[in-house]
Amino acid sequence: MTLSMNTPDFLIERNRERCINCQVCVRQCANEAHGWDAEEEKIFSQDALCVNCHRCVTMCPTHSLSIRKFPLEFRENANWTASTMKAIYKQAETGGILLTGMGTDRPYPVYWDQLLLNASQVTNPSIDPLREPMELKTFLGRKPEQLRVINGKLAEALPPQLELDLPIMFSAMSFGSISLNVAKSLAQAAETLGTFYNTGEGGLHEDLYKYGKNTIVQVASGRFGVHSEYLNAGAAIEIKIGQGAKPGIGGHLPGEKVGVEVSRTRMIPEQSDAISPAPHHDIYSIEDLTQLIFSLKEATNYEKPVIVKIAAVHNVSAIASGIARAGADIIAIDGFRGGTGAAPLRTRDSVGIPIELALAAVDSRLREEGIRNQVSLVVGGSIRNSTDIIKAIALGADAVYVASSALLALGCHMCQKCYTGKCNWGIATQRPELVKRLNPEIGAERATNLLKAWEHEVKEILGGMGINAIESLCGNRLMLRGIGLSDRELNILGVLAAGE
Amino acid sequence: MLREGDVRIPSGCAISGIINRSGQVFSGEDILQSIALMHDRSNGLGGGFAAYGIYPEYEDYYAFHLYYEGAEGREQTESYLNYFFHVAESGEIPTKKTRSIKNPPLAWRYFVRPKPSYLLEEENEDEFVVRSVMYINAECKGAFVVSSGKNMGAFKGVGYPEDIGEYFCLDKYHGYSWTAHGRFPTNTPGWWGGAHPFTLLDWSIVHNGEISSYGANRRFLEMYGYKLSMQTDTEAITYAFDYLVRKQQLPMDVAIATLAAPFWRDIERMNSEKRALLKAVRAMYGNLLMNGPFSIILGSSQGLIALNDRLKLRSMVAATKGEFLYLASEESAIREVCPQPEKVWAPRGGEPVIATLEKRGVQGYDTEYEYAGLSY
Repeated sequence: MTLSMNTPDFLIERNRERCINCQVCVRQCANEAHGWDAEEEKIFSQDALCVNCHRCVTMCPTHSLSIRKFPLEFRENANWTASTMKAIYKQAETGGILLTGMGTDRPYPVYWDQLLLNASQVTNPSIDPLREPMELKTFLGRKPEQLRVINGKLAEALPPQLELDLPIMFSAMSFGSISLNVAKSLAQAAETLGTFYNTGEGGLHEDLYKYGKNTIVQVASGRFGVHSEYLNAGAAIEIKIGQGAKPGIGGHLPGEKVGVEVSRTRMIPEQSDAISPAPHHDIYSIEDLTQLIFSLKEATNYEKPVIVKIAAVHNVSAIASGIARAGADIIAIDGFRGGTGAAPLRTRDSVGIPIELALAAVDSRLREEGIRNQVSLVVGGSIRNSTDIIKAIALGADAVYVASSALLALGCHMCQKCYTGKCNWGIATQRPELVKRLNPEIGAERATNLLKAWEHEVKEILGGMGINAIESLCGNRLMLRGIGLSDRELNILGVLAAGE
Repeated sequence: MLREGDVRIPSGCAISGIINRSGQVFSGEDILQSIALMHDRSNGLGGGFAAYGIYPEYEDYYAFHLYYEGAEGREQTESYLNYFFHVAESGEIPTKKTRSIKNPPLAWRYFVRPKPSYLLEEENEDEFVVRSVMYINAECKGAFVVSSGKNMGAFKGVGYPEDIGEYFCLDKYHGYSWTAHGRFPTNTPGWWGGAHPFTLLDWSIVHNGEISSYGANRRFLEMYGYKLSMQTDTEAITYAFDYLVRKQQLPMDVAIATLAAPFWRDIERMNSEKRALLKAVRAMYGNLLMNGPFSIILGSSQGLIALNDRLKLRSMVAATKGEFLYLASEESAIREVCPQPEKVWAPRGGEPVIATLEKRGVQGYDTEYEYAGLSY
């Protein structure tokens, strides 16, 4: 074996005066960055194994640990940066595709941060959410062309709708990529909040059937765990065409994460890699999508709305228009900053477009075609806080999907190593000793807290705008102004510049 | 400076309305007197009136009121009207020199009916007229359709409402229903088309308030072919009623429940049929909910409807005496013309006051609400 040129990414610093050699860090680190030298009776650390997940730092009873960026510097070069060079060393050593987890960390523009919100002054009053009702109820599903009312009664019921108490849902994360305790946490939180979580493509574990009315079941290209009982267990069905973090390719669950529970749920052999095909092999074009949508509707007696989820790519608005016409009830769009349990680094960092632009383009296109009101629009792909949500809805979304934020609420520290299955926080792992670190009751409480906090903030800001129902924000781009954007970008976003 | 339509201008206002439910006509003096009392609620930058029943001799013809800023727009408009319509009569709208009225546009009126051969398949006369109004406003230079309904007309301009009324000699007209508006825009380049009422067919709206949901309302309506050339809330409200009642064929009370929707907490307490209906209405037409302060008086050949936003963020008072219903931003503006009303009340937020013209009978607003009884 030749010499490895890879150097550590992080430096573990231990304050020896504080350390009491209790070995908590040794037991906590699944990456084995900390070890116990029995002869020397001393803890040692291996920087190269550290992923900077802060588990040891958080658990250390004497606060003796800290992690820093490894201080080794290359000769300065704006073109050949350290990460670019290290990637080459890695690939030269392994001959493999570079893998990563979570959403892209590259410094692409975040358009949410370049949009500013409006507030009422003088000519109309702002509304105080502590004193007046502030309504966030949202319906997702197909709307007919006309509502028929005869003798003061609704003559024909609406097609099936998802009723959300707040316009935020947990987006797809499969059991397999995440632990059962994460799924339990989010399912419980969705039930408490009056919203929905999404199974991802991993099937539905038998312990989760009881959350059916708050569940969106996903059908992806691998069809893992898809059967009639599964389809009928949820409130809606989502066909996953693409994912923002890795448009154009399918999911990849390494065999190490396929234990007995995952194997039973996905209906695949234990320890086998679960590799979803890049396309659905029964969808090679838009007309095939119609057939799948209606097969699923047939299988569920037309009682459940069907969502079609796509990644935000260059011609997303034309694709979305086709999906609306193909019979989808809800279109979900996932932006390129969205997270993932495992993705090729180069795909994650270079394929797709930001959700803000995709959303604005799709909403405008559907309106130009006069069909926006027929379908609902849900967007995800890095919704980080309550104002991202408000801006998304003002640009034209009906609701948002959040996943990375939900995982952060459960303890994720964005170390981007989900694909190793060694998540020290018990999130992206199937190892029982790690999974049990996440208590699903506490997880549910933290996820609920996060969305409740956002709900309060959304209400506060809506009131400031003089709006007391979320539907008056939907597509209301006059509530937005752009800052530091080019004319072209403002044009695509359909917003005026600040000061206009 | 950009003129109204190219830029959005928020404004506050005074409104007033009087109807005789049995259809007896009366002169414009009462409405003039009522709106004049609320002088301080406007700032001289806009005033206007809608009058119903003023053209009985042409009651089957669409009465087009037009303003022209120059000869070119008039030529364009008249050649359009002559081509597509049978014009029964046309002429300048009579005006009187009034000291405080500056730079008025040319005001003309035409009594017309579309030539049947130009109607599209399955298109009725109303739809053709709507298309024509959109066309003239968008394409004919300096021309603006002030009103286009049958046996009704709008008179509006830049100035205090009492001066506009004097300028158009409204004391000489007799109608069964009148509405008036005095405007307090935050800025205006002084364009006559920008004043209220806003009209389409025989709908007319006078409105006080600024709607926070305008952006959402506007983009929804644009999907269905409405061109919101004025960028005003009033225009959005007019088109919303037109869309819901004429195009979607919903009963008036459902249209009202769309614009000033009941709160979810109240819907949850309703009986199951009503709950199902209102849930569907909010899910389907949520983008037409008018959010933020407004009080409006919606006039049509069938009567008057007054409505407040659901939080009641703008003042509005109603009163009755005999066959008359009075509506105004302030009670004093009612007592000015009707010192001893039988009933006076402030309608609650989201609860309409509906006065249906009796001679219209069941063809009225097709609503379960009793005349003026709902909020009493």
